[in-house]
Order: sequence, then structure tokens, then C-alpha cells
Amino acid sequence: MPDPKVVLVRHPFFAGIDPSISETLAECAHEVSFPAGRFLAREGEPASGFLLLECGTVALELHRPGRMPIVLETLHEGELVGTSWVIPPYRWSCDVRALDPVRAIVVDARCLRGKSESDPKLGYELLKRFLPLFVQRLEAVRLQLLDVYGETPT
Amino acid sequence: MPEGHVPTAGEAIIDREGLQALLDALGARGFSVIGPRIRDEAIVYAPLRNVADLPEGWTDRQDGGRYRLERRGDRALFGYAVGPHSWKQFLFPPRQRLWQARRTEAGFDLLEEPPPSERWAFLGIRACELHALAIQDRVFLGGSHPDRSYAERRRDLFLVALQCGEPSGTCFCVSMETGPKASSGFDLALTELLGDGSHRFLVEVGSRAGEEILAAIPHRSAGEADRREAEAVLDSTASRMGRTLDTRGIRELLQDHPEHPRWEEVATRCLACANCTMVCPTCFCSTVEDHTALTGESAERTRLWDSCFSLDFSYLHGGSVRKEIRSRYRQWITHKLSTWFDQFGSSGCVGCGRCITWCPVGIDITEEVRAIRSSLLEPTHA
Amino acid sequence: MRSPDPFVPSLFRVDRVRRESADTVTLGLLPIQGEIPAFRSGQFFMLYAFGIGEIPVSVSGLWGQGPLLHTVRAVGPVSQALCRLRPGDTLGVRGPYGSPWPLPQAEGGDLLLIAGGLGLAPLRSALLPALAERERYGRIALLYGARSPADLLFGEERSDWSSRDDLQVEVTVDHASPAWRGSVGVVPARISHTRFAPERTHAFVCGPEVMMRYSAAALLGAGVPPARIFLSLERNMKCAFAVCGRCQFGSTFICRDGPVFAYDRISRLLSLREL
Repeated sequence: MPDPKVVLVRHPFFAGIDPSISETLAECAHEVSFPAGRFLAREGEPASGFLLLECGTVALELHRPGRMPIVLETLHEGELVGTSWVIPPYRWSCDVRALDPVRAIVVDARCLRGKSESDPKLGYELLKRFLPLFVQRLEAVRLQLLDVYGETPT
Repeated sequence: MPEGHVPTAGEAIIDREGLQALLDALGARGFSVIGPRIRDEAIVYAPLRNVADLPEGWTDRQDGGRYRLERRGDRALFGYAVGPHSWKQFLFPPRQRLWQARRTEAGFDLLEEPPPSERWAFLGIRACELHALAIQDRVFLGGSHPDRSYAERRRDLFLVALQCGEPSGTCFCVSMETGPKASSGFDLALTELLGDGSHRFLVEVGSRAGEEILAAIPHRSAGEADRREAEAVLDSTASRMGRTLDTRGIRELLQDHPEHPRWEEVATRCLACANCTMVCPTCFCSTVEDHTALTGESAERTRLWDSCFSLDFSYLHGGSVRKEIRSRYRQWITHKLSTWFDQFGSSGCVGCGRCITWCPVGIDITEEVRAIRSSLLEPTHA
Repeated sequence: MRSPDPFVPSLFRVDRVRRESADTVTLGLLPIQGEIPAFRSGQFFMLYAFGIGEIPVSVSGLWGQGPLLHTVRAVGPVSQALCRLRPGDTLGVRGPYGSPWPLPQAEGGDLLLIAGGLGLAPLRSALLPALAERERYGRIALLYGARSPADLLFGEERSDWSSRDDLQVEVTVDHASPAWRGSVGVVPARISHTRFAPERTHAFVCGPEVMMRYSAAALLGAGVPPARIFLSLERNMKCAFAVCGRCQFGSTFICRDGPVFAYDRISRLLSLREL
């Protein structure tokens, strides 16, 4: 297994991060892999961390009774999966399923939440990196919501 | 018909009989003369043959949303300003078939429209209207695809201009630098002279064709007194403009304030009736309609005047882009006074005042510009 | 001899019809007389369906390579009539009109083509010549978004494009079931997954206006200069040569000055409502 810290600092999400912070993050990180089709997380489960995808694609899905699940978004190599760990009640808001064999670094949020409280520098660094992600995904969802290629523009 | 060559012959004088001779000479040369006539209590442009057809002794009182014919105290034949018609209806007809399609065994064929059968002489086209004509020439003929039907109607035109002697209460050609003097773009130009108890016209020649016609009608050379009287007519007209429009920086003034609150304010009054665009001598927007015969054997395409005030004008699969009246008024006035410069190198407004007179609620283009301009000069209070 | 009447179309015959999706077909058209007029990628023609009317449709193919290709989606009366045409049927065609994609200007650098929905058709006419002269460009990438997997156009060709190692193809849909193996999400979000050098990139964007605005914003965020981002705009038009007045967008006539515009020229206009 490669050193999680090396993978972590090379991951686009943490590009250019201060070495002292990556050290802390690495203490909370380990590598995982999933075969295609496996669920990485299920809606409602405790969101105990986030994943940095090294390879493979995952789908964020919502299941609906009596109908096919709907795919909300797919996330790919170099992207981050999991933001539910940031806010209470810290539960996954959708299913996460591997579409291909997936390899990722898992960062344990329970460990990070505590360290962020006691180390504002770490907390601020995380905030700076997660906030743009939230904004980008919000904008993407808005655009998706418009159904711009739909049959009857309204 | 006017060309670059300006004859050197001096001005001439004709009397009322001379004017009739001019109409006859034009008729003899195959021109259908169009000029001012009274119809439905307004002075419009329609075919005429005789001096007696002209609105002798009439004038018009115009203001925002108001137009009324009144008697003059004299026998002037051209003693009024412009009415609801403009000359564009002849070159760019309000409704015009573009072509027809006929089913055939193999599919369909297209039938083009024949060239126009009439040659027109416009009698009494004013400086502002000559400018409007030049503006529409640039729109229809200045691009990569000249409008053939406009070109064919325009080519044979004979223009008898009128040096304007009677501005209306909504005129502002002086502000737009389009009048009242017509200095080019005509074959002949008349100034109606009523002084000294003799009713006569000073005739200026603007082309060879004009020179040829003048030679064919009874006239005498103009004297210094005639010339002075003609100049006085124009000076008097210029001094009696009913409206003014400050055009300084107007291109930026309108383009730079698309969100000005005045657009909302004018929209509370504007009915989006499109009258202003119909009476405007430069508005050129159009739509097309396709019609099919009930048998399905033939179809035709028709072009009709349209207006940026109609909701359908900006329809884009699913809805109209300019839903609000504020957006449509903004489009019209910004186009007319501002973006027209970018598109065609001049203003789209000639200051004829028709849009003010014929607006049912009296919206005044000069007042709207003044309101936007003055709001920017007001100091802002903290 | 009368000059030609710019309103009168030429008659073309449908040579072939290829169904692209449930509501979209590509028509291959040949003139009944004469030659196909020379056109460039990004330009458009006015297509007339007998008795129904005329609409602007961008070219989806190249000049000099077989029939004139137009990809039409059945959304209104005229496009529905065009989509019902079969080989051998006659229609009216006039054009070409408008500004082309600035391919020569993009040579020597990276080329990013960003398509949404039917916008892939006009960009196909930019992609094909770029691939034909592949050596003139740096990296080339096609980002293509559609509503759902069933709405994706040019299926066979896209798989050929995807198999090339000198072209990055990113396809994404807004909505999908788990059976879809590809990406779900919006096109602008794919820009960060695309390999290009922003300072030497030209981006051509075609799709619904909102999608183009978001894409332009993402391109700016990635560092592509606004003068090198090109959008293909759409407005109601009747004449296609700037005399009917309908397609005005600020000072521009979309039929004459567009449909392809550099973003720096129109970004302010795009932000205005109901322009």
C-alpha cells in the first residue's frame, strides 16, 4: 500500500497544502478500494468521513420505491466524495455506488472534527477547500434543475 | 434618381399653373404622382393628379397624442407638417407577397414576384423624410443581401422635395440635424412662397432628371427677393420647432443605462400598441406569414410590418424574450437613438415627431431622453 | 437582368435522413439545380418546409463533402415538418448566413468544444475539420452534455471520436438511471476534468443560453481569456440578413454579426434581462 500522506498531498483537492496540515490529515487517512457495483455509503448512515478518489467513478444515487434509482451526479478520479460529515446530523444524504473498481483515500472526519476545533489553522484550511466545492456543486445542481435541454422550456 | 451631378442652373420660380404643369409633366413621363391629400381627417400620402387634390388652406395642430386639421387663413398648398403616413409604405409595403410555391409532381416550384409596374414621383417629401429615405436605403440596400423589391421601387423614384414651411408642435428636425432645409437627395425642391400676394414656388434643381422636367414646364429665373423670401421661410420653420432633443452622447446615454428606473416608469403609460413604430419613417422591422391554399396545392410567403412592441416579435421556442413592456420600450428607443449608430452609422430618428403625435397616451421620445439625462445630472444624496 | 431576390430560396431535395434520437434527425440535402453554395463551419441556412414556414438551422457538416447536412429537432411546426421529410422530398434552402467558428484563429493552440443538446450539431462542423487537420492544433477536447442517455446524438460517430487517442471526449447527462455507465452532471463541471492549457486555448460553446453562460463562467474561472471563448447565440429571425430586425441583441444582429460571437463582445449583453 502506498503511503496515504503521499497520495493525499498529490490529490488535486489538496493541491499546494501546507505540509504541517497534510501531516495532520494523513494521521486521519487510510486507503480503501471497492469493486464495481459495491456501495461505498448508504443514505442515512453516519457520515464518518470523505473520500478522495484516486481512480474509478462513483455515482450518487437516490432510491425511490417502485422505480429505478435516480443518479444525481457521478464523481470521478481526482474528485472528492462526501460532504455530509461537515454538518449535523452527520449522515449520508444519498447512496454512493462504485461504477468501476474504485481506489480512494478515506479521511476520518470524527478525528478531523475534533482537531479542527482545537487547531483553527486546520479548520480554516478545510473551510477554504470545501466552501468552493459546495458553491460549485450548488451551481451545478441549479443548472441541472433547469432541464435546459428539456422538451418544453418554461 | 438623384445622382452626384448637381446642375449649375440657378433656382427658378413657378406659379400654381406651373405646379400643375409639373404634375402633368411627371404623368407624361410615366410617373404616378403621390402627394399629400386629406383622408379621414388627416393629411396622408396618396395618388394625385391635380393641384386641386392638395390640402389647400389646411394646416395641422399636433401635440403629444393629438392631431387635428384646421383651416389656415391663406391658400397654402403645403401649409402643414407630416401626418400619420410616411413614404416608407411605397418602398417597403406594409403587406407584400415575397413569392409563391406551387406543388408539382416532383415536389414544388417557386414563383418570384414580378418587378413593380409603377414608377412613382413623391411630391412634397420633406428634409426629415429625405433623411428617413436615406436611412432606409442603408438598411435595405447597404448590406450583403440588398432587398431587391426595395431596390426596384427605389431606383425609378422621382423626388420633389418640399422645403418645410410649417413645423408641427412635435417636430424636432433641427435637433436631429435633418432639417428643415433639404440640401440634397432630391430631383427638384420646392419652397412655397406666399408673400407679396403672389402664390409661387421657388424651385431648386438636384439632378439632371429634375433639370429636364423643369425645362419642360413654364418657369422664370428666381430673383434675389424670391431667394430671400425662401430663406426666410426656412429660418422661420427652424425657429418654431415644437420639441428639442439633446443628442450629445446619446449613444452612450441609452446603452449605458439599460436598468434605468425610467424604463419602468414609461412602461406604466405605454400600451405597447406599436403606433410609434408604424408611423415612424425609419422603423423597418417585419415578420413573415406563410399561407397554404385549402387544396394544399399552393402556398405563399408574405412580409408584413411588425413592431418590437409586439410580444411575438422576440418569440424564441417556448416564450418571448421581451415579456415586459419596459423591455420593449427600451429596445425601441435604444435602437432608434443609440444602437442604430453602431448598425448603420447614423441615428435612426429624424425628428419628424410622428411617434409623439400618434402615441395614444402622448409618450414623448424627447421627454423620455430628457428624463434619463436629467436623472444622471442630479446629485445623489447619501 | 434582375438581381437575385434574397428572400427566394433555392430548391433542394432530401438525399438521406438519419434518425439521431426520438425527436432529432440529420437531413442530407442536395440542390435540384447547381451546386451547394460554399459555407463555413458555424454558419446557418434558412430551411423552408412547403406551406409551413422557414427556420434557421446551423450546418452540421462540411462544405465539399457530400450533401448539405442539417440536424433538426422537432420542437415547433416548421422543425416538425422538416423532421417528417423523407428521401426525395423537396424543401427550400437559402444561405449560408452568419459568422463561422474561428477555426483558423484557434490553430496552434488547444481547442475546447463544449456542446449542450442539439448544440453538438454546429460543433460537429467545427470538430470534423479540426480532426482532418489534426496537426494544426494542440490538444482537442469535446465536452458534450445532454438531457439523458436517450437524447445523445451522433452515436456511432461519437464512439469513433472516443476511441481516438488524439481527442478527449467527455460526455455527461443531466438525468440517468443506474443503467447508464457514463457521467451524470452538468457540462461546465466537466471543464475541470479536461486537459488544456487555458492561456493558449480557444473554446467554442454551443447549447442553450443558460448552459453557455455557465460554461463561459467556468472557462473564465479556468483562465481562458474572454476573447477566446466563442458562443453561438440564437434569437427569432425571419430574414437572416439584417433587414427584418428581429434578431437584434444590443447593437448586433445575430443573423449577421453572429451567430458565433466572442464572449468579450457580448458578455455584458448576456447579463441583461429581456434584451
